[in-house]
Amino acid sequence: MLSIKNLHASVEDKEILKGINLEVKAGEVHAIMGPNGAGKSTLSSIIAGNENYEVSEGSIELEGEDISELAPEERAHKGVFLSFQYPVEIPGVSVTNFIKTAINETRKAKGQEDMPANEMLKLIREKSELLEIDRKFLSRSLNEGFSGGEKKRNEIFQMAMLEPKVAILDETDSGLDIDALRIVANGVNKLKSKDNAVVVITHYQRLLEYIVPDFVHVLMDGKIVKSGGKELALELEERGYDWIKAELA
Amino acid sequence: MELKDKLISSFMAFEEKVDTSSSLHDVRSAAIKNFETKGFPTKKEEAWKYTSLNAILKNDFSVFPKKENAIEFAAVKKYFLHDVDTYKVVFVDGLFSSFLSSTTHDGLDVCLMSSALNKPKYKMVIDEYFNKIASKDESLTSLNTAFAKEGAYINVPKSKVVDKPIEIIYFSTGNEAALMVQPRNLVIVGENAHVQIIERHQSLNSNPVLTNSVTEIFAQKRAIVDYYKIQNDVQTANLIDNTYIAQKQESRVAVHTFSFGGNITRNNLNFYHQGERIDSTLKGITIIGDKQHVDHYTLVQHATPNCESHQNYKTILSDSSNGVFNGKIFVEKEAQKTNAFQQNNNILLSDKATINAKPQLEIFADDVKCSHGCTIGQLDESAMFYMQQRGIPKKEARALLMYAFSNEVIESIKIPELKQRITKIIATKLGVNLGFDL
Repeated sequence: MLSIKNLHASVEDKEILKGINLEVKAGEVHAIMGPNGAGKSTLSSIIAGNENYEVSEGSIELEGEDISELAPEERAHKGVFLSFQYPVEIPGVSVTNFIKTAINETRKAKGQEDMPANEMLKLIREKSELLEIDRKFLSRSLNEGFSGGEKKRNEIFQMAMLEPKVAILDETDSGLDIDALRIVANGVNKLKSKDNAVVVITHYQRLLEYIVPDFVHVLMDGKIVKSGGKELALELEERGYDWIKAELA
Repeated sequence: MELKDKLISSFMAFEEKVDTSSSLHDVRSAAIKNFETKGFPTKKEEAWKYTSLNAILKNDFSVFPKKENAIEFAAVKKYFLHDVDTYKVVFVDGLFSSFLSSTTHDGLDVCLMSSALNKPKYKMVIDEYFNKIASKDESLTSLNTAFAKEGAYINVPKSKVVDKPIEIIYFSTGNEAALMVQPRNLVIVGENAHVQIIERHQSLNSNPVLTNSVTEIFAQKRAIVDYYKIQNDVQTANLIDNTYIAQKQESRVAVHTFSFGGNITRNNLNFYHQGERIDSTLKGITIIGDKQHVDHYTLVQHATPNCESHQNYKTILSDSSNGVFNGKIFVEKEAQKTNAFQQNNNILLSDKATINAKPQLEIFADDVKCSHGCTIGQLDESAMFYMQQRGIPKKEARALLMYAFSNEVIESIKIPELKQRITKIIATKLGVNLGFDL
């Protein structure tokens, strides 16, 4: 589904990713863990097409098609979704209007008509219930004055609406209390299927108790230095990252 | 001949046509004298530092149209709020068009300034209100006063809630090579009365037009006035809009100015408080490009205790356009417990666009709340990426952000049809169709 080969990227001439290889198949959940500054968020931004980073080498393929030259919205239309670590506040645009625009622009790009209003309403109702989102919440300005938990729930709500092929969850657990974490994880699990894939980027093992990964990768200094099963996450939780550094030295 | 000389020499001819024996003769004479002394303002004056009239004054403007010009309703329908019934006071090249208008004397007066100035039954009202709040010092207002003859006259009696909006529209046909018009409006809103007014100046072709308009608005006790100015004129139209508002106790007056077009637009908007617990609102959205120039020069004179004023001006500038915001809040010593707020946010979409923003607060009372905030910036890059990530293309994402930026002001439009219209004009300006109203 998502295939990243020898990806090198830099920002302002500073190389941040130094040859990433990652193979994510349909139906799989991958976790990427690593210490601060390892390049985790950079990787997710680059997959989504953030133009502030320069890809100097390597490729990003989605279902066999190289997407590394595409604009962010074109990648989104093809099914890439990024749940932001820090969702941006957009005062004056309601959650509902924003998601309507996002869905209809995606349909437009695929040559489809706008989604009929009643169908849209039904979908919004269904998905907001899944994330236990109150109806009043939907008419509020996007992310403005939202609590950390509300922001993250809103991200997963949008993911549920857009039904991406590959969802990258960047530190979705940060700022969440245990109840919100459960709701968010439950939402993600319900959306998981054999036809899509999830990449969870996280610091802590906590989220992985709820969203159980098939593979865990350790990202350090711009490279994936170790991969394993879900038990690797537990080991990292217990022992930190120093032992991996030692192994590598 | 220079425009100033032309105007002064036409004054005598003008006075011969109107009634020289009336009490207005002295008012006009004093006004032309003031204009003669001061002339057109130049950039040397502090109030005109960022706006130069020099280039437009070089046009050989006719100061009176040579003949009456008629226009078909179908050709101008789009400039009206045609999906809803309204009172209409319409002028073509400065002259009243009864054909396009829909005036009334039934329960309120929505009619012509020329009638009000000439007919004896209005004399008392004219004596009490005409030129009473307009500046006698400012040269362009004086110039207008000297030639004041035609415009809209609106008198809403006590406790009258006007059943539909009133539209005041000034069309220029362009049948003159270059035309100067000087409309004069008088609006009196009685105690507890409520009125909604929309004012628009519109050229129908590209011959230069200079409009020097003066509007006096008197809001009596507890009166509510919602006044909307739509400025979406062609590239060769210039507008100097002078508005003077006197508010009595507990009245609420809101003026919204939407500046989307024209060559040079200068808005002088002045509020004077004459009672307690008054509420004044001044809001504006300016979206311009090319070499367009829009200057908002506002004054709120807090002279009485326990009053509020709210200013919120949003500007989006592209290409080589220029924006100016000069917001003056004056709080006199007696005006204790004043709440005065001013917000001015500007977005520059091009390196060549400029904004001059100048908040001016002069506070002489010691127990007041005054705040002002001014921002100048570009569109938020991280917000752009966020929206694009959700599948919204760059152009639409930009438009959505700009809508969102203007939304605080759009939201407070009280006439739903007008709100839709403004939203549509903005969408057209941004070249998008978002399929919903924010």
